[in-house]
Amino acid sequence: MVNNAEDVENNMDQQQANTSPEPIQQPQEAPVTRVRSRGGSGAGAGDGGGCDSGGGNGTSPEQNGQPPAAHPARVVETEEEEDEEMTLKYGAKHVIMLFVPVTLCMVVVVATIKSVSFYTKNDGHRLIYTPFPEETDTVAQRAVNSILNATIMITVIIVMTLVLVLLYKYRCYKVIQGWLFLSSLLLLFFFSFMYLQEVFKTYNVAMDYFTLAIVVWNFGVVGMICIHWKGPLRLQQAYLIMISALMALVFIKYLPEWTAWLILAVISVYDLLAVLCPKGPLRILVETAQERNEPIFPALIYSSTMVWLVNMADTDRPKRNSTEAAPPQQQTQESVESPAPSSPSQDDGGFTSSWISQQQHRLGPLQSTEETRREIQQMPSARPPLEDDDEERGVKLGLGDFIFYSMLVGKASATASGDWNTTLACFVAILIGLCLTLLLLAIFRKALPALPISIFFGLVFYFATDNLVRPFMDKLALHQFYI
Amino acid sequence: MTAAVFFGCTFIAFGPAISLFLFTIAREPLRVIFLIAGAFFWLVSLLLASLVWFISVQISNKESVSQQKGLLIFGVVLSVLLQETFRFAYYKLLKKANEGLLALSQEETMPISIRQLAYVSGLGFGFMSGAFSVVNILADSVGPGTVGIHGDSQHYFLSSAFMTMAIILLHMFWGVIFFDGCEKQRWLAVAAVVVSHLVVSCLTFQNPQYISSLVPTYIIILDGIWAFYTAGGSLRNLKLCLTCKDKDFLLANHRPR
Repeated sequence: MVNNAEDVENNMDQQQANTSPEPIQQPQEAPVTRVRSRGGSGAGAGDGGGCDSGGGNGTSPEQNGQPPAAHPARVVETEEEEDEEMTLKYGAKHVIMLFVPVTLCMVVVVATIKSVSFYTKNDGHRLIYTPFPEETDTVAQRAVNSILNATIMITVIIVMTLVLVLLYKYRCYKVIQGWLFLSSLLLLFFFSFMYLQEVFKTYNVAMDYFTLAIVVWNFGVVGMICIHWKGPLRLQQAYLIMISALMALVFIKYLPEWTAWLILAVISVYDLLAVLCPKGPLRILVETAQERNEPIFPALIYSSTMVWLVNMADTDRPKRNSTEAAPPQQQTQESVESPAPSSPSQDDGGFTSSWISQQQHRLGPLQSTEETRREIQQMPSARPPLEDDDEERGVKLGLGDFIFYSMLVGKASATASGDWNTTLACFVAILIGLCLTLLLLAIFRKALPALPISIFFGLVFYFATDNLVRPFMDKLALHQFYI
Repeated sequence: MTAAVFFGCTFIAFGPAISLFLFTIAREPLRVIFLIAGAFFWLVSLLLASLVWFISVQISNKESVSQQKGLLIFGVVLSVLLQETFRFAYYKLLKKANEGLLALSQEETMPISIRQLAYVSGLGFGFMSGAFSVVNILADSVGPGTVGIHGDSQHYFLSSAFMTMAIILLHMFWGVIFFDGCEKQRWLAVAAVVVSHLVVSCLTFQNPQYISSLVPTYIIILDGIWAFYTAGGSLRNLKLCLTCKDKDFLLANHRPR
């Protein structure tokens, strides 16, 4: 998965981090910690940083003490059939796992825009990245200004992405972590404080500074812990959604209209190029991360399942869904295996003399010692792929994507005179774009840019609904005609 | 024009649809996706219809009221026909997708049957259609104002809400009948759906006289009985279901039908 640094605009204290759109990608397991094997003991090494998707690893399940020669073809085939069906069912599940947070983020942004007027008021403040005003005398001047603004913004984003990729490539992890830490600090404390302030103003809630300080402090600290360290999955997801919404709101407030639409369009193109071109910065980032078998910074990616931390030791028992499955299985496995090689003198256990002679004929004389038996016991036996394997394998979407989707829908609800129709249309368009992107992901199985299709649909539907559908529906509603 | 009107009209308009969604669709990711895709198709059809209408308005005489009204009626009819065309297009797309998936997976049964798809897509069309018709009205109903102060009908909000509920349910029924007609090549059923849709829309032309538009529309909801029989229901099934004796129904969550 690729990281994007977040863009944090602040025209007050010059601090900046960068948001670039992120490709979405299927989860990349850190094989070091992949305790549970998909029927293959070599799974850890075999996965080696590749994107593991709904299919088998191609390794047939190892069979204890039996030559695997007879079975692999059939096993691989049934695995493939199961793969296809599971891919479909679990593919749909993954789509929904992303629909829900994207919808939530959009709902938060739209609700805020509709109720808190601060984010739609034009105070005349601008970001330092968009210095040209859009209140000009002529349309041509406005167009030129917005193009210039968009160019500056995109250049800043490109530069920031390059800096991030360089830092990552030269292993300056501390710098990156510090940067991300500072930017999420800013978001969680300062922007949420601003947001709370405006909400209180809107609803005329009187709150003293002490209470506010305690609330914001707790919110921020818990957020920092959840995002940068460990926390319950749902809480982490909730925080990621909240900071995406906050960021989108900042963009909606401070970017003038034409600039915003232009930036959305240009950034989708940039996303496409950056992720798919061989020399694109984001692609380099993904490939470097895959080579090093590291997950990309969890602070910038929304993951629908638990993120695998690199240093997770086997001895401590963290409450992760999948690793819970592993230790009991090994134990049951050992307990199942141990009765089998019981002393042949008391009970054949089915190992009749003819069978033994056949084995010896095939494999040569076998002599099982203590050590060999223990080794075999520790190998996982043939068992069908675990049911919850694909459920654990979630999908990841970058926070930049959340931010830009919500920005589009929020801008649509803020500025469109068609109001709710336009917002609804953009919402459906973005969801369908996301669905198509995930479909492509299932087909191509590598990191893909999540912005282009959705933003394209969103923009088309925004402009079409605002200019074409709105007058039609208005006229219909006036006469109360129904179509 | 209060919260009561807002909530009342919202629940009237969307109550049945949302409960259908929650109880039958929300748990199955595949159905949710096809629902949203259905909504998308409806949206595209509306876009095209609006485009044509917009162009025709631009080239017409904007002063003449009767011409504008005529163009609007033309727009409505065109929109209905386009919606049904896109319903057919969605049917074709789903058939192709289903066949492709079936070939890929070599399974006996498809993960989602064409009947479920008919229901889900009909509901998707209905959701979007209802939302576009009524959401702006609902948003206005929260704010201050007096209904009908210029002499228009005072029952505007309520009638809009009831009409929307009827349209959503009708779209769902039409979806089932349409897909079934296409499956079994019974073009009469398909034509009946199109005609029925046209009738409902044209009834709304009389609209401030709600007696002549709402009542016949609710009579057309009896289409639902036809949809019920098309989907394989029968009096016997209904009785078994209501007395909780139908084993198939009880196991419905575990098997695609």
